[in-house]
Amino acid sequence: MNARSRRYSVRLVGLGYLAVILLAPLSMLFWRIWAEGAGKAWSAITEHDTIHAFEVTLILCAIAVPLNTLFGIVCALAIVRRRFPGKGLVNAFVDLPLALSPVVVGFSLFLLYGRTGWFGPWFTSHGIQVLFALPAMVLATIFVSVPYVAREVVPTLREIGDEQEQAAYTLGASSWQAFWRITLPSIRWAVIYGVVVTTARCLGEYGAVAIVSGSISGSTETATLRVQDYYENLDQAGAYGVALLLGLIAIAVLVVMTVLKPNEGVA
Amino acid sequence: MIVALPIAALVWASRADGLGGFWSAVTAPEALSALELTLAVAAIVALVNAVFGTVIAWMLVRDEFPGKQLVNAVIDLPFALPTIVAGLLVLALYGPHSPVGISVAYTRTAIVLVLCFVTLPFVVRTVQPVLHELDTQMEEAARSLGAGELAVFRRIVLPSILPGILSGVAMAFARAIGEIGSIVILSGNIPFHTEVASVYVFNQGQNGDTVQASAVAVCLLALSFTILLGIGGLRRLATRHERA
Repeated sequence: MNARSRRYSVRLVGLGYLAVILLAPLSMLFWRIWAEGAGKAWSAITEHDTIHAFEVTLILCAIAVPLNTLFGIVCALAIVRRRFPGKGLVNAFVDLPLALSPVVVGFSLFLLYGRTGWFGPWFTSHGIQVLFALPAMVLATIFVSVPYVAREVVPTLREIGDEQEQAAYTLGASSWQAFWRITLPSIRWAVIYGVVVTTARCLGEYGAVAIVSGSISGSTETATLRVQDYYENLDQAGAYGVALLLGLIAIAVLVVMTVLKPNEGVA
Repeated sequence: MIVALPIAALVWASRADGLGGFWSAVTAPEALSALELTLAVAAIVALVNAVFGTVIAWMLVRDEFPGKQLVNAVIDLPFALPTIVAGLLVLALYGPHSPVGISVAYTRTAIVLVLCFVTLPFVVRTVQPVLHELDTQMEEAARSLGAGELAVFRRIVLPSILPGILSGVAMAFARAIGEIGSIVILSGNIPFHTEVASVYVFNQGQNGDTVQASAVAVCLLALSFTILLGIGGLRRLATRHERA
């Protein structure tokens, strides 16, 4: 086998695998909508409960993404620039949601805020509904999307070093000024990239939110839960309609990610 | 606060019935079968990813063909796409109304397929940068000394990208173990057949069987921690390799 045919066979295997595993299912998204009738899918998307589901998803994103961005930057700064006892542990806990099943996350929150949980009775006696309501869903969404900003920012912070910050300090800058003028501008692409990934993760979250929300239609149902709801009620057009909308958002996210990537250098 | 507290509550709940209760909950036939299935499926998925992920990474770094940038961008799609949509799509293609005439719905094959979809980017994205940095001089030297392509790959390329492959495989394995969104629709969740551990936790939790659910959940938690520690070890190994 010569070099050229070897190269072609590798290309064939790689692209073939991608076609079977990735692209063929993706093309179904559009094909099915067309087969089921775009009108039916459209009426499913514009149904009151579906619109509400997307609103809930947006609210969750609007709360979780800014909080995690802030937390991610602070965490990354602490991990890279400071030495403190238990740093390894903090590092491990930040990465944990990446490897942990969202179901475990949801179930843990369920235990914590349930009727017999540690915090459950206190909230109940104060008339605050946490479980099967927005607060628990926000907590679940924050939990699963904690690592993404920190993970993007940490390598960039390591790479740029702290010489410029030191220089700023010797010139009399406060730590706040040094952060705003020096650190933030140099990590901003990493932060933006992290925010995009975090948003995608929040939009697509299913397992953790499914457990703590109770997925009540028109109330605590998110967009992903809506897909399942339609599917289980044998409304294929509705399921594919909502899926298409989520898929289009995903493709938009992908485009943004691709555009941003060259800016963070060779990762 | 947000991450550690719920975990503590989970571990606390799992030991409510003592160690014996925990053990009997984990070794209950349905729980055991779910855990076994999860591990077996995740192992297959990890293996598939190790091979095809490396092939795709190699293709993206060393090969040139029209549309390469597009392929490169598409790799990240499983990260961006909600997993439940992934499940729905795989079901549409390889399900009861399949246009290609293959139906694997509600079987273990379906679980493997959709997990391959969801975990696709991990190995590609860990191997790609390493392969990119790799100097081709060593390979050319080996070739000029008469080494065959297989020998070049096995003795020169593979040792350098192995840490990348392994950490990618470990992430894919962890993801495969914990995945639920893409599986619920597709697998039918038949106990003793296609019910994976995360779905088992979900169902037991919904039925109010806290002890059962939390015991299996703690098993998943322990697995995740082990995998993370393993990846950390790999990373240290890789940097030491670089320094040497």
